[in-house]
Amino acid sequence: MAGERGVETVDMLLNMGPQHPSTHGVFRMILKVDGERVEDAEAVVGYLHRGSEKLCERENYRQIITLFDRLDYISNFNNELVFCLAAEKLMGIEAPERAQYIRTIMCELNRISSHMMFYGAYGTDVGVFATAFMYGFREREVIQQVFEAVSGARMMHSYIRVGGVAQEVPADFVPRVRAVLSGLKRGIEECDRLLTRNEIFLGRTRGIGVLSAQDAIDYGCSGPVLRASGVPLDVRAAEPYLVYDRFTFDIPLGKSGDCWDRYWVRMEEMRQSISIIEQALTQMPEGAIQTPVAKFGFVKPPKGDAYVRAENPRGDFGVYLVSEGKETPYRVKIRAPSFCNLMALRQMVRGSYLADAVVILGSLDIVLGEVDR
Amino acid sequence: MIGLLRAMGVTLKTMLRKPVTVQYPDAHLPISPRMLGFPALLWDSAVDEPACVGCKVCERYCPTDCISVTMKDNPLAKEGKSTRRKMVDDFQIRLERCILCGICVEVCNFEAIAMTDYHEQADISRGGLLATKDDLFRMGRDFQQRAGIKVTPGTPKLEAAAPPKEGSA
Repeated sequence: MAGERGVETVDMLLNMGPQHPSTHGVFRMILKVDGERVEDAEAVVGYLHRGSEKLCERENYRQIITLFDRLDYISNFNNELVFCLAAEKLMGIEAPERAQYIRTIMCELNRISSHMMFYGAYGTDVGVFATAFMYGFREREVIQQVFEAVSGARMMHSYIRVGGVAQEVPADFVPRVRAVLSGLKRGIEECDRLLTRNEIFLGRTRGIGVLSAQDAIDYGCSGPVLRASGVPLDVRAAEPYLVYDRFTFDIPLGKSGDCWDRYWVRMEEMRQSISIIEQALTQMPEGAIQTPVAKFGFVKPPKGDAYVRAENPRGDFGVYLVSEGKETPYRVKIRAPSFCNLMALRQMVRGSYLADAVVILGSLDIVLGEVDR
Repeated sequence: MIGLLRAMGVTLKTMLRKPVTVQYPDAHLPISPRMLGFPALLWDSAVDEPACVGCKVCERYCPTDCISVTMKDNPLAKEGKSTRRKMVDDFQIRLERCILCGICVEVCNFEAIAMTDYHEQADISRGGLLATKDDLFRMGRDFQQRAGIKVTPGTPKLEAAAPPKEGSA
């Protein structure tokens, strides 16, 4: 076709990934570019496919928790939680109140650490090379140490169990988390000052990758991506699970659905999470942490099926669990928010500059472990 | 411009702070007492025999199949010195496959296996991370001494000691 100056141009196919540092793992994009403009983008997933859903069919309920840890490997608690909630729903039991509060606190801490990871990685994506990463990781590290003190592992915790949690929190848990939170508040403010109103950052993200509210709904987006487009849907508020109905928190909403909005929603969510944890720490009762579920640890939910959804840091994480009454489930279907959000990428990337493709992809905050499962 | 200057202010302020990182091989960050390191076998020093009876519960429950156990008769039981009729014959953990989930510790009826705080294991050969029974006991005894864990003689949870029925496993 003839370009602006009458020069003949042809579209070029540009392969990006799977070994590209900005694709957050092993994600591959095939971009059709016309000069610097992206005409079309095709997402190729499946490079990290481990067959987790199929594996669930041959492992027992305790072992599956370790598989869920490895789905979205930066928000492990949130994944474990949804699977355990699904099994509990099938069995018709509920975790003791204290366990529910512990779960809430750990999940919200995990949300903060996940968003901190996003902050760091996104800074790198837009070109603040390693600076933002260092700030994000400094804050995340403090939370990781709390996780290690509680569950014994920094990442693959396998701490939440069907019917409760694995063990009582350490004696200094409450003061320690409070200290971590006050440090985090300062840390978030600092991160905020570093990037949020920075003109260079604004220039890279404002008005880039706009996703309208209708498009976001049509593509099945959820979590911060959906809320950045102005749709007030948060599973924690819409269908409260655990003890979320006892806390007051805001749902931060974006206005235009561009990359900056998606970034800003996550920054605000961290502040809301801090407020939720503070409320939970004050309300947390004493008591048991585990409802007895089975002898010898064989969890055998009765025949039936259950679907449970919960708000992951990345969005609406759902588990559909079918049980035949045996010690392994018949089918486990995972609704991965990263995967659904990723599908909106094509819409956002179309017509943008090639350099912005990375910024848009980063603003979705995908985790390939969950996309490919 | 103001945003840019404020961002510069953050970096300037951080420049004057003490670093939060440590230089790894020389210095270590503190690890939690609950740290899940590699599993090791515990030693019952009262009877001077392994606490493990080789019941294979851990082998059956391991999500990555990294444990293999065999069982034999316990000679000390015939002499009346021990309450364990059976004892572990061979016990291997392929540490390169272990995912440190702690399920083996949870399901053990004899409190014979524990997650130690060993976490720096590397080897240059392919079979180098196969921990044999002796390795596991060495790790376990060392960890027991440091952590002050005592295994009570006999089987503490005798009524729960029977492994789950074959039909349900």
